[in-house]
Formats: sequence, C-alpha cells, structure tokens
Amino acid sequence: MHTETIDHGNAEKPPHLRFQFSDSARQFHAAKFGMWLFLGQEVMFFSALLCAYAYYRNQFPVAWSMASHHLNTTFGLLETINLLFSSFTVALAIHFVRLGKRTITSVLLFVTLACGILFLVMHSYEYYTEYHEGLLPGRFFHPEAGWHMPMESAMFMSCYFFTTVLHSIHVLIGVGVLGVIMVFNMKGKYSPAYYTHVEIGGLYWHLVDLIWIFLFPLYYLVA
Amino acid sequence: MSLAVVEQAPGHHEGAEEPDYIRGKSGVMSWVLTLDHKRIALLYLATVTLTFFLGGVFALALRTELLVPENGIMDAMTYNRMFTLHGVTMVFFFMIPAIPGVFGNFFLPIMIGAHDVAFPRLNLASYYLFLAAVCLGVWGMIHGGTDTGWTFYTPYSTTTTTTVLPILAAAFVNGFSSILTGVNFIVTIHTLRADGVHWMRLPLFIWALYGTSVIQVLATPVVGITLALCAVEHFLGTGIFDPARGGDPILFQHLFWFYSHPAVYIMVLPAFGVASEVVGAFTRKPLVGYRMIALSTFGIAFVGFLAWGHHLFTSGQSAVDAGVFGFLSMLIGIFTSIKVFNWVASMYKASIVMTTPFMYALGFFFLTVFGGMTGVALATISLDVHWQDTYFVVAHFHFIMAGAVVLMFLAALHYWFPKMFGKLYAEGPAMVGAVLVILGFIGTFTPQFFLGNEGMPRRYYSYPAHFQWLHVASTIFAYILFLGLLLTLVNLIVALVSGEKAPNNPWGAPQYEWDIPSPPTEHNFPATPVINRDPYEYRGEGIIENAH
Ligand code: HEM
Ligand SMILES: [Cu+2]
Repeated sequence: MHTETIDHGNAEKPPHLRFQFSDSARQFHAAKFGMWLFLGQEVMFFSALLCAYAYYRNQFPVAWSMASHHLNTTFGLLETINLLFSSFTVALAIHFVRLGKRTITSVLLFVTLACGILFLVMHSYEYYTEYHEGLLPGRFFHPEAGWHMPMESAMFMSCYFFTTVLHSIHVLIGVGVLGVIMVFNMKGKYSPAYYTHVEIGGLYWHLVDLIWIFLFPLYYLVA
Repeated sequence: MSLAVVEQAPGHHEGAEEPDYIRGKSGVMSWVLTLDHKRIALLYLATVTLTFFLGGVFALALRTELLVPENGIMDAMTYNRMFTLHGVTMVFFFMIPAIPGVFGNFFLPIMIGAHDVAFPRLNLASYYLFLAAVCLGVWGMIHGGTDTGWTFYTPYSTTTTTTVLPILAAAFVNGFSSILTGVNFIVTIHTLRADGVHWMRLPLFIWALYGTSVIQVLATPVVGITLALCAVEHFLGTGIFDPARGGDPILFQHLFWFYSHPAVYIMVLPAFGVASEVVGAFTRKPLVGYRMIALSTFGIAFVGFLAWGHHLFTSGQSAVDAGVFGFLSMLIGIFTSIKVFNWVASMYKASIVMTTPFMYALGFFFLTVFGGMTGVALATISLDVHWQDTYFVVAHFHFIMAGAVVLMFLAALHYWFPKMFGKLYAEGPAMVGAVLVILGFIGTFTPQFFLGNEGMPRRYYSYPAHFQWLHVASTIFAYILFLGLLLTLVNLIVALVSGEKAPNNPWGAPQYEWDIPSPPTEHNFPATPVINRDPYEYRGEGIIENAH
C-alpha cells in the first residue's frame, strides 16, 4: 500500500457526506443497498410463516377454507386498495423530493402515512369482530356452535393472527418512519442533492405493501 | 515492491500527529457512545470474554457432575438447566458474535482501506442489541434458567415450566444484532473498498466475513420467527407446533435447522478466515490457492442452506429426503477440504515462523479435519441412526465448532493483539497456554467419540459405571483446557498493563493492516489509501521496523 493518496480535502464537502464515504453518490448507493439487504431479510422472515401456511393448508384443506370464509373479504379488499394507493403516493413523494418540491412531498408523505393509519384502524376492527365471533387462535378458539367448524380451523386462525399482526407491526413501524421523514422534510433537510431517507423509507413501505398483496389472497380468498 | 508506507496526503497538515484511537478521546461516554469501529470491537471483546467465561463455568459444572456415574454435585433437573445454559451461552452469546464482532469490526475497514464501516451508528446499535440479548439471557438464567437444550425442541419447549421465554427472547434479539452486522459488513465491502482493492485482492478474512454475512442476513430471520412462534405458543397456546391441536413439532425442527445448520457456518467461516490470515502471515510465502479458498467460502455458504435435513434423519423423514440431505451434507466436506488442502499446500516447503497464533492454527487444522470427517460419517444415514443423540454427535460438533471457533478466536487475539493494543505479549506463557488449550480440547472430546459409539446418550446426568473412566479422562482434560485459558488470560492482561510497545509490524507479515501504526489512529489512515499489491505478496524484508 503506498504513495498516491486521494485528497478529498480540496472539493467542497456537502454537509450530509459522512467521513467514511468519498462522495455522495456512493453514500446514497450504500444506503439503498443496505435497505435492499434488509428487505431480503424481511422476505425470509415472512417466508418461514408462508411455509407453515402452505404445510397446514395442505394438511387441512377443508378446515382452512371454512375458516377463511369467516374473514371479512370486503374489508380485506379495501385495505388492499388502500395500501396500493399509499404505495403510489410514496412513489410520487420520492419523485417530487427529487424535483425539490418540498410542500408537495410533505403532503404526499402525509397521505401515505394516513393510509397506513387507516389500514391499522380497519384491521383492528376486523380483529375486534373476530374476537366477538370467538375466532381466536389456539386455545381461545370458540366459534359459535352453529358454524360447525372443525378444530383445525383454529390452526388457520393461529397462522392468520400471527402473520397479520406481524405485518401490522411492520405497518406501524413504517408509519413512524414516514412520520419522522415528513417532519425532516418540512424542516428542509432534503433537497434534490440529498433525499436518501425518503428513498429508503419508500422502499420499506413498498415491501410492507407487497407482503400484504401476498397475504390478502392467501388468507381471504382461499375458499 | 516498495516498502509499505502510507504517505501523508499532499495537503495534510504535517507534524500534527493524530493520536491513536485509544488515547484520542477519554471518558466513559467516549466509549459507550463511540461510533469508531475499533472501539466497538473492544466493547464486543469485553462482552464476549465474559460470556465465554460464563459458558465455561457451566461446562465445568457439567464435567464435574459426570465424574461419577450417579448423582454427584447436582440433580437431574439442575444438570438439564446447566447444559441448556452452556449451549445457549456458547452458541448465541459467544460463537456467533465473537470473531465478526471483535475482529471483523476492527479489521474489516482497515483491510479494505476504509475509514470505518458504512453505517457506524447501526454498528453501535448491533452491539447494544447483542448486549441487551446477553442481559435478557442472564436475567432468565438468574430466574431459574431453562431445560430445553439450546435447540428448544417443541412440544417440550412450549410446555416446560422453566423460564424459557426470556431466553427465547434473548436468542431472538441476538438474531437481529447478527442480521444488522451482516447488512453493515456486506455494504461496507461493496462500497468502501479503497482504490486498488478489487475483488480478487480482498484479504481472505474479508471473503470469510462476506460469506458469513450473507448467511446471517438470509438465515437468521427464519430462526427469529421460529423462536417467536415458539414463544407465542408457550404463552397463548396457539398450537402451531402442538400435535394435540393438529400442529406438527417436526415443522419446528425443519425451521430451526434451516437456520441452525447454516448458523454453524456463521460460526466457523470467520474462523476459516482467521486461519487464512495466520497461514498467510507466518509461512513467508504467498498463500496457495487464493481463489479457491475465496470461492469455496461461497460453496459452503450455498450448500449450507441445503443440508439442514441431516438433523432430522431419525425424526421421520422420507428415505429419499434423507438420502438427498445426506449427499448434500457431504458436499460441504468437499468445499471444506479445498480450504484445508490449500492451507497445507501453503505450509509445504515454507519457512514457517512458529508463533502462538500459528500453534493455534495447527491445533485448529487437526480439530477441523477430524471434526469434518466425523461430520461426513454422521451424514451417512445408516451410521447416523446409531450415533444420533449420543456423545458421538457431541464430540463431532465440539471438535469442529468449539475447536475451530475458540482456537481461531484465540489465534486472532494473539495475532492481532499488537495491532489492536500497541503492546507485545510474552511469547513463552502464550505458547504454553496454547499447547494446554489444544491438548485440553483434544483430550476432552476424544473420549466422547468412544463413549458415543458405545451408546452413551447425550444430555444425561448419569451413566452405567463401565463408562466412568472415559468420562473421568474427559473431565481431567477439561480442567487442563480451563487452566490453559486462565494462563492465556493472565498473560494477555499482563501484556496490556506492562507489555513492551509494539512496532507496526512485529510479525513481518505481508497483509495491509500491518502497515499502519499500532494501535491505529482514529480514522485508520490519514487519507484514503491506494492499495497496489495483493494481500499475501510476501515481500521478504523480514521484520519491517516501524515502516511509518
Ligand atoms: C463436513 C461438514 C459437516 C458435516 C457433513 C456435518 C454433519 C453433521 C450431521 C449429520 C449432524 C447430525 C448428527 C446427529 O444429530 O445425529 C451434525 C450435527 C452437528 N454439527 Fe455437523 N457437520 C459438518 C460440519 C459442522 C460444522 C462446521 C459445525 C460447526 C461449526 C457443525 C456443528 C454441528 C452441531 C452443533 C451439531 C449438533 C446439533 C445438535 O443436535 O445439538 N458441523 N453434523
Ligand atoms: Cu448441520
């Protein structure tokens, strides 16, 4: 290792550039790449649950579809549309932050996180009705006698609750993250030269939506 | 080849010597909130030393109980808790974080000519997640610990009345620390290599960390979710692994081993990486088969994902599955031997400098070869049916897992000690310690192969009297091992306090990290360096006195 060294003391260093990076482009690339790896991790996280789903659905096809009938498909569909719409708004937010349109970006971020909150509210309502119908997982599974549901439907509810609660936790985290980014944006932290957080926050949000796109048909539409 | 010099950047303020990373800042806060990868490495070092000690105390308790065939110093229940806590502590709190956390953190940026990792704050967060996991684990242990074994097999783990939840939580949190470290390392290797460090110039330790990180990112979430399912089931009776509710406990085993087989490579690949560095430093000639060693890492990482079924040979797998898993497991043996053959070839006709790190490497080769070969034997289904759940398996994985990870952890500690602390340790006691540790390992676990072959099951606190002499032999060597570790610890502490000042390159090693001051400055290099030679190009100067 010897002689010539790169001197990056002469070029003006932008304030967001951290010392370990030689230029902004690399730093941006690193952040995005890190987020992609993290999303890979998330996919593995949920894929173990999909394994359990596939295995038990194969074991108990009848109990599975009977339980699925009792989920609120209308709500599920509305939630799906809601999340798809929010994916669109966050993508627009990234587009506008690149153009330096701060106010529009803030509005779009706000709409996105409002959609997230709406999703959580709607899903909580679903959980609430399921609770009233006795459709809780495992040993809390006591459906109304007239429904003639086999015991194995409890397994469906276990998988459903575990997976969707985990997904909702992701939505909640996403809402928090987008909220912070929105505040930063209003304070003028981002510009066309630096908008890393918006971009990687958006990536995360897309993944959360994508997971739901899988969960919706798997749980609500199997029947 | 020129002598190794990192020249000052043209515009760099001359004379203003940057202080080293230890003395640069002082105060407790400068340590607990540090973002410097080298200081974070030392935080890891302090923590894993403690967890290793804790796991070791549990181990000695186990071995002491086994001195006599019947109830000795503890009852069956205590014994069950002891082996669980030993396994959990060693696997999750020592072997997984140890080498990447300490030496990966310290040397990864330096070896690629970077000033730090890509995400220093995330790095500190990983450390605190690890620390939180350790605290949760210890808290669980104080509240009685658990008796499930480190594998947490259902339905036992979902019904046991012992304190299993905090320990599951600890393993879960620890997983996230491991995932974030993996993400950080991969991004660092991709984006922060200095000019000249192209892919085929990466030190082999970096390749090993890369392979490890990939496994960490892709396998750890699976065990995370599995342990979470297990915890929720314990808590709410969801029934996913409970046969009484239509659940299947074997599903737990599949998901658990889908992580935990690759996880053995999370533990052992960094050790392989250290071995390459040590061989590269002390054989005084370029490593043989650089490319093969680097690529076989990915062979191991890839096939490692497809071999988990060899832990379920007797759990009710179809014969076809078992055959496929057995075959795939053996492929790992091929990739591992590629490394071993290249290391041995590197030593052939070399003028080897016999030092403590090299001694550890020799012990490591022995243990890895026999541990690996017994692994291949275990992957032979007909043999495994005989050995499953006996001491033979215990001996196999201690040879390769403990043998490789602990020995290479100690090798790395001695090898890089002068660079990390700027002090020289006394070679004599270090060598005696190394010999004791190596003999201790071999002596502790060799009798266990015989025990297992004769049918001694694992996880029992009592045994038929005719097994006693083998158990006693094993225990005696365990104490010798402990003695060796104590001696090593004392020797290094003495070196820390009153060791002689280390020159930049006390070993005359060819690798890049020896070109910078010992200990390094806060940002490692005065300016981003340009690296214009291969990492193991031995330059033949002998000991380079203070190249800086
Ligand atoms: C040549 C490569 C290897 C092969 C073919 C192999 C094969 C096997 C097989 C077949 C078993 C199951 C034995 C049984 O339970 O009946 C096993 C157990 C085990 N192996 Fe290996 N192994 C290899 C390398 C390793 C390495 C590198 C490590 C660790 C660093 C390791 C750690 C373990 C552990 C921890 C267990 C026991 C787990 C438990 O039940 O608690 N193995 N190995
Ligand atoms: Cu395995």
